[in-house]
Amino acid sequence: MASATYILWLRSVKRYFRSRSRMFGSLAQPLFFFFALGFGLSNVVSTSNGSYTAFIAPGIIAMSVLFSSVFSGIQIIWDRQFGFLKETLVAPVSRISIMLGQTLGGATTSIIQGCLIFVLLLLIGSLKISFGILLAFLFMALIGLSFTAMGIAIASRIEDMEGFPLIMNFVIMPIFFLSGALFPLTNAPSALKVITYLNPLTYGVEGMRYALLGSSSINPLVCLSVLGGFGLLMVFLGAFLFNRIKA
Amino acid sequence: MDAIKIEGLTRRFDDLIAVNKISFNVKQGEVFGFLGPNGAGKSTTLAMLSTLLEPSEGKAHVNGFDIKHRKDEVRKSIGMVFQDSTLDEELTAWENLDLHCRLYGVPGELRAKRILDLLKLVELEDRKDSLVKTFSGGMKRRLEIARGLLHEPSILFLDEPTLGLDPQTRNKLWDYIGKLNKNKGITIILTTHYMDEADKLADRIAIIDRGKVIALDSSANLKNKVGGDVINIETTDPEAVQKFVEKCKFCKEAKRHDGKVTISTDHAEKKIPELISLAEKNKVKIISVSINKPTLEDVFLYYTGKTIREQEASSIEHLRERRRMHSR
Repeated sequence: MASATYILWLRSVKRYFRSRSRMFGSLAQPLFFFFALGFGLSNVVSTSNGSYTAFIAPGIIAMSVLFSSVFSGIQIIWDRQFGFLKETLVAPVSRISIMLGQTLGGATTSIIQGCLIFVLLLLIGSLKISFGILLAFLFMALIGLSFTAMGIAIASRIEDMEGFPLIMNFVIMPIFFLSGALFPLTNAPSALKVITYLNPLTYGVEGMRYALLGSSSINPLVCLSVLGGFGLLMVFLGAFLFNRIKA
Repeated sequence: MDAIKIEGLTRRFDDLIAVNKISFNVKQGEVFGFLGPNGAGKSTTLAMLSTLLEPSEGKAHVNGFDIKHRKDEVRKSIGMVFQDSTLDEELTAWENLDLHCRLYGVPGELRAKRILDLLKLVELEDRKDSLVKTFSGGMKRRLEIARGLLHEPSILFLDEPTLGLDPQTRNKLWDYIGKLNKNKGITIILTTHYMDEADKLADRIAIIDRGKVIALDSSANLKNKVGGDVINIETTDPEAVQKFVEKCKFCKEAKRHDGKVTISTDHAEKKIPELISLAEKNKVKIISVSINKPTLEDVFLYYTGKTIREQEASSIEHLRERRRMHSR
């Protein structure tokens, strides 16, 4: 079991490092958001602590982890399309061990992705090095794990590639925009606030904000437990749905 | 012990019966051909035997293990080569094989040697570090066969092993498959809708049509059942030939047309010496002799009343019909 999980983890990591275009492509999008929104809105939006660019920096890291983890999860749709999924399904190993390998692989690559963005933001000067980095790392890991598992759960229910744009438009984008990554929660209208509090990524973004900027509007312990609970739920859901996949 | 025992295996999809109460055994060490048109139920049967699909009814044992209750043992006993590639194209040949070893629990100290041996067997050792996406169709198929053998299964399933390959590659693959069976004693089950493939490789052939096994025997016996061989004799004196041939015991029927005599009989190749000596005795000059043997195509026609191509066309039409009904 451990061997199967390990080799599928290794496969994900190898594929990630081999696909340079995917690596750089998925760095471009968060940076684009960062520059366009960060510099475009910095004079319009007022934040309680520091500049708007610093305010959205943790959110941009969370975004890159979110995108890359959901994509790793729905890799399964490609594996089905190109046949590789069958190779794993017919092997004498449990589906759970396959799913865990995929999840850990996706989490690992999305943490690497998040770290790359983090380093770039350090270089730009929007973030500073502090002990909070370790805590930020923990939040990245939780976001990566939760959303890869969610991607697997979704992909297990989708039969073909045509579902892919739907996931993009109706899952990833709303989760990102309604997470408080781009606007402070304190002055948001109450309806928006409710939705945002129901969004698990909010707790990731707020947790990262606490870790990297030293303050957040949600208590970091609350963030940790909500995101941890969501992650656990997603791993179980992903495992359950993946277990029912038809070859 | 039989390699595979199937009793009343059935699989339904909604109202369609893809596999309908099939029963047969596959002996250890034989090459068993599963012949039928596309959509006849070959792949569905294979999916059930490889535990990828639950049967609706019936039982089957693979290598002595029940396919419903001892899935992991069944999976370890078999090597699968699917119709479509199941390789990871972004990995190298070696990495694909290593991944397979770990999934099947091949001990670490055996892995490298086994991978290398099998790569040599399929003549891909010089490409071991190339990404699979750079491989041709034939190379991929060979790599998949090598991969299917890594965990030393006692049974190898090949689903349409030469579909979409050029004739040269097909011949080469047939050689590999034959060698595997002879040298390693592996039981091989292959599905195909190519008559020549079944004829060339399989010790016994099951003909499946619309979910039912309609005939099962060796290729020679299947053909004999359909009817005898035909001997064509070209001669200067057809009348004389017809006369002495009609007196022979083995001759079922002798017909004469434009300088030729056609004789219906069994085991034609054994009758030719006798015919030649008879011709000599009767002082008739024979110009040429040829034999027409029934093909599996004739066998298929005999059992289904249709050629395999017609059957394929009609079953596709049937499927379209069903889809139309469903989409309403």
